[in-house]
Amino acid sequence: MNFATRFLKHSSPCLCKIVAPCTEQPLKHAAALYCTTPSKPLTWLSEEETMMRDTVRKYATEKVQPLVKQMDAEAKMDPSIFKDLFAQGLMGIEVDEKYGGSHSSFFSTVLAIEELAKVDAVVSLVCDLQNTLITSLMQNFGTEEQKEKYLPRLCTDMIGSFCLTEAESGSDAFALKTRAVKDGSSYIINGTKLWITQAHEAGLFYVMANVAPEKGYKGITCFIVDKGTPGLSVGPKEDKLGIRASSTCPVHFDNVKVSDRNVIGEIGHGYKYSIGLLNEGRIGISAQMVGLAQGCFDKTLRYVMERKQFGKIIWDFQAMQHQMAQVSTQIEAARMLAYNAARMKECGQPFVKQAAMAKFTASEVASLTTSKCLEWMGGVGFTKAMPIEKYYRDVKIGTIYEGTSNIQLNTIAKCIAEEFSHTS
Amino acid sequence: MGVLGPKMAFRVLVGCKRVIDYAVKVRVKPDKTGVVTDGVKHSLNPFDEIAIEEAVRLKEKKIATEIVAVSCGPPKCQEVLRTALAMGADRGIHIEVPDEEYASLQPIHVSKILAKLAAQEEASMIIVGKQAIDDDCNQTAQMTAAFLDWPQATFASKIEKTNGDLLVTREVDGGLETIKVKLPAVLSTDLRLNEPRYATLPNIMKAKKKKIDKKKPADLGVDITQHVEVLKVEEPPVRQAGVIIENAEQLVSKLREAGHIQ
Repeated sequence: MNFATRFLKHSSPCLCKIVAPCTEQPLKHAAALYCTTPSKPLTWLSEEETMMRDTVRKYATEKVQPLVKQMDAEAKMDPSIFKDLFAQGLMGIEVDEKYGGSHSSFFSTVLAIEELAKVDAVVSLVCDLQNTLITSLMQNFGTEEQKEKYLPRLCTDMIGSFCLTEAESGSDAFALKTRAVKDGSSYIINGTKLWITQAHEAGLFYVMANVAPEKGYKGITCFIVDKGTPGLSVGPKEDKLGIRASSTCPVHFDNVKVSDRNVIGEIGHGYKYSIGLLNEGRIGISAQMVGLAQGCFDKTLRYVMERKQFGKIIWDFQAMQHQMAQVSTQIEAARMLAYNAARMKECGQPFVKQAAMAKFTASEVASLTTSKCLEWMGGVGFTKAMPIEKYYRDVKIGTIYEGTSNIQLNTIAKCIAEEFSHTS
Repeated sequence: MGVLGPKMAFRVLVGCKRVIDYAVKVRVKPDKTGVVTDGVKHSLNPFDEIAIEEAVRLKEKKIATEIVAVSCGPPKCQEVLRTALAMGADRGIHIEVPDEEYASLQPIHVSKILAKLAAQEEASMIIVGKQAIDDDCNQTAQMTAAFLDWPQATFASKIEKTNGDLLVTREVDGGLETIKVKLPAVLSTDLRLNEPRYATLPNIMKAKKKKIDKKKPADLGVDITQHVEVLKVEEPPVRQAGVIIENAEQLVSKLREAGHIQ
């Protein structure tokens, strides 16, 4: 739907209301820009952040929304979306200008992820992974040579893939078995990775492999493997319940030979980088879950304000109001956790506990939200004619990937114990 | 107005109005003096967005050398200037008009301001949206051209440059009309002229460094005294449901009943 069509369409009163661009509650737009006290609310955004959020929201509503249903049905991303995300500088948000990045902040990444997720969790995931895992790994730990070779491409046209999980190592990630054996100035990698997101579209693979299994997790090293390297093959896509347009595949490494200059950072430090990245990635996922919940909620609210039963709109029943108010409150709380964790990270403060709390809360809240929204929509919500069932299916991965809820709780408990040990 | 040589500056002035966002459901204030604007989402007038896009494309084709975005109104107008800068305008001019006076600002005032600015900035072209989506006046381009005694090409759906002239295709009631217009000229954009780009994140970041100059109407010698007083603003009547008719006889009898025919 081009600019002309959507503008003209909106001028007419008869629209397919449920899937029309969501007019959220009036943003206290101007007010938000003019907060003069030194301490600002968590929802306060700088001018650039506001502009970026508004642009992404516009793009998501105009260009992504019309493609969502089809992409889910065909379990395939429309290539125009990748192109658009790159063109708008949304794939290298925090990357330095000199490598072709947008030179912006982590919070901008969080906002972009949230806005995209309101429309489609998959598009949001693409943006999340590329920024929080792929480019950040390169930017933080790559050598200058590696950065110059890969960052410009990762910002403009190349998708990356992060290969950690295996058949026998999910939550217990560092029990991975993929081996990298030194061979002169090269390494030979053998193993199979599973559940690898975007493996189908990736041009670059980060592979966590162990160079010294006798050292346990301290042998885990991160390698860069280019697509097309002999021995690297991507298996068929998994047929999933949700986020179906995101390709999730096994990746096989069959005597894959890479130069030792393809090692990112130091030998045996791969586990450290993974943990660090996943901590940040958690905040990204919490933003995705918050966005998903909000998008689902907003579409449902529109329906609730129109659907009449017993002579009035169903919103007019106090029970409905109470239920929706409760869920809305929980989404807001989850958003605050996500935003605060992001700001803490930007400030350089330790944020491991807050990131885990944010991811845990956001994914659980989103799951509850989609479930209730489906009920509030009634029978029609149960059909594919309405977008709610897709949110319901997509949300489920939130409590599972990038650290299951139980793992998040482990992390939070560890932090609590650690803090306690410092008290007298 | 001679022929413009290849090395001369070609400065484009673009009018940018901050209006209530097209997607917002507009409500009339209880006192009927206007519509509710507090806390309501505003954005760049969509037709002005098209104007900025066209100016940026002219610059990309190396026809325009500088794009200056102009907005009149209270401090919040700077938001739309930032949007214009993020889309590719080079600098902005904010004509400061406080809230109370802004309420009575009319296209005639804006036209005088644009005319004065065009002279000051030595602009080769002024391009504005054909109308603002709040007042639907469709006057600014025409009045500005009159004040400057410049040719005007309104409702443009295509703009091409040939030597010192512009070839503009206009959308008119009868279809399309193509006219040749000498530069400098005033243009107004219609919907199908182009599809505005999304501001990319790097451009949003770069827009931070671009300049926005502030001026007052008095600095330009323009008097913005109120000429027009709004008496009342009302909602349009609620649309009545129609009646489905089976055949021509029924149509005739219904028309007769309603007294529309004898």
